[in-house]
Amino acid sequence: MNVRAQAILWTAQRASAAVLGLCVLVHLATMIYAVRGGLTAAEILTRTHGSVAWFAFYSVFVLAIVVHVPIGLRSVLGEWLAWRSPSRDWALAVLAGFLWTMGMRAVLAVFG
Amino acid sequence: MKVLVKRNSAFQEFEVPRYPSQTVLDVVTYIQRVLDPTLAYRFACRVGMCGSCAMTVNGVARWTCRTHVDKVVKSDQMEIAPLRNLPVIRDLVTDMREFFDKWAKAKGQFSGSLTKKEDFQKVKPDSPKRVAVDAGIECIGCAVCYSSCDVVAQNPEYLGPAALNRAWTLVKDERDSITIERLRAVAGDAGCHSCHTHMSCTEHCPKQISPTAAIAGLKREVSMALFRKIL
Repeated sequence: MNVRAQAILWTAQRASAAVLGLCVLVHLATMIYAVRGGLTAAEILTRTHGSVAWFAFYSVFVLAIVVHVPIGLRSVLGEWLAWRSPSRDWALAVLAGFLWTMGMRAVLAVFG
Repeated sequence: MKVLVKRNSAFQEFEVPRYPSQTVLDVVTYIQRVLDPTLAYRFACRVGMCGSCAMTVNGVARWTCRTHVDKVVKSDQMEIAPLRNLPVIRDLVTDMREFFDKWAKAKGQFSGSLTKKEDFQKVKPDSPKRVAVDAGIECIGCAVCYSSCDVVAQNPEYLGPAALNRAWTLVKDERDSITIERLRAVAGDAGCHSCHTHMSCTEHCPKQISPTAAIAGLKREVSMALFRKIL
């Protein structure tokens, strides 16, 4: 991987961290607001089903995770396990695909 | 005072008398001249200018010629070892080639565009760029920051705080003519983007330079170059 690509990864991780910070705040605030009256999970799901806004929000949340986690793990693997060969990037691309699949599966379940 | 000196991965014990205003370098010199002439160590100026006498004193990298024993010895014992993160040649002498080779890799040489036939470029001392250069220019190349850096310990390719600080002083130099090449040299996994901002370099620099700030500046400059599509 060339230096320009490495610099882009670094920038993408910082940008995704900013998005994640906002998403986590909205997610936590919503959770606290939603359960304060004793709503069950099933009742919450009836409210989220078909909501394009929540679908878009959680899709962005998942995308930020898919970008952020593998890039962070890339540094951890390089520094802790000295795994710096191209196989590391392929493995992390697979992880990104896995995170996206699992994340969107959950988002689709919330959407309906 | 009991002094433990690391030699060939084991510590050897010496008994050294205490004096007023005694420096750690005085202690090492006493051992070499009076107790054991085979002890190898490196020094030159003895006044904090040359950067050659840095060692690990009680677990912390320090310039030994300007470090008073009173400042670092709490009990009556001191431990002296070679700098961390560098190959040891013998006793307290480390091989600095890797350290200075990385300065070259970071394009640490000044590269101007004017010839001697042209008038010299005027740089205002109080211009923001020159102020940024002045903040990092007094590095003496002692490798205390390099030895204190955990990223260097974990990633041998990492250029290290001193080389990146040097690159930063050139990036901010208005006379510099190879800024983009230099930014390419210091970006990525082996460069500024690997810094975790632990700030050990800044905490231990004997010249009170902040390589952390220099590295943060390089990250900013690289990001700007990326957005302008000139990197």
